Amino acid sequence: MRLSPDEAIPWPNTLPKLNATILCTWALMLVLIVGSWLITRRLSRGLKRSRWQNLLEIIITGIEQQIEEVGLRQPRRYLPFLGTLFLFIAAASLATMIPGYEPPTGSLSTTTALSLCVLVAVPFFGITGQGVGSYMSSYVKPTFIMLPFNIISEISRTLALAVRLFGNMMSGGMIIAILLTITPFFFPVIMTAMGLLTGIVQAYIFSILAGVYIAAATTASKPKAETAVAA
Amino acid sequence: MAMDPTSIIAVASIVTAGLTTTFGTMAPALGEGKAVATALQSLAQQPDASPTITRTLFVGLAMVESTAIYCFVVSMILIFANPFWTHVIAQSAGK
Repeated sequence: MRLSPDEAIPWPNTLPKLNATILCTWALMLVLIVGSWLITRRLSRGLKRSRWQNLLEIIITGIEQQIEEVGLRQPRRYLPFLGTLFLFIAAASLATMIPGYEPPTGSLSTTTALSLCVLVAVPFFGITGQGVGSYMSSYVKPTFIMLPFNIISEISRTLALAVRLFGNMMSGGMIIAILLTITPFFFPVIMTAMGLLTGIVQAYIFSILAGVYIAAATTASKPKAETAVAA
Repeated sequence: MAMDPTSIIAVASIVTAGLTTTFGTMAPALGEGKAVATALQSLAQQPDASPTITRTLFVGLAMVESTAIYCFVVSMILIFANPFWTHVIAQSAGK
């Protein structure tokens, strides 16, 4: 019983052996990129549009609305990053319906890579939003003693993101594998359905948490102006 | 009662895995139950704040759930990917 798709190697011929994680990630990327390219080839601005364009517009406006509710004021700037996170993780867990596929987010390497992206993105958006000095000074607020604790909290937030996503995806797959050896048909179907639900919820959680961290990094110096305007 | 290292490692791993899963399922469930109860109460008091309350509830539940996931991951490592066990098995196979 293996813990992650890293250990299944369907293609051992090339020098870096392609394990199931890499192959499933590439397959997902292929489907997402080719699908969106096909849909956005002929966009129409009028009322008559294809149903696939409608689907994409629903997804995009939904994600934009969620980003705005988190507190980020110009959602278009953060939409590529946060939207890609959500779509990749959601597609990775939805594709579990295809037999022979294992979610690449069930491997700690994929989830660590995604949370490292968030770790890099938070200072990036903070610096482009506030300026270097203002962002760096947020680490020593409220007092200078808090500097090591703020740094540790950054690292532990990243670790928590990675392990949360990995644990949820791995536990779904493992429970199905264990149940398959006990009762062949009925319970694994129910557990697969619940695995789909938790996969979508975890995709939402991952991107919303990334949005909350970015919002905390970009708006640390603005609230005083808002209270002055409100008063 | 003299046990060889293999038995000690096996017993310790099994007992710890069981205990970890025990505490890992009880404590987060209590916390999540409290969170859901408070959310339901505030939904009953202010139904038009429902999207905000629901979203905050789910984010909070995910944060609490992550401690349960940590316990699950440790249990799985102890049972399936235990480094002490593989080391001791390799030693006894090498003999």
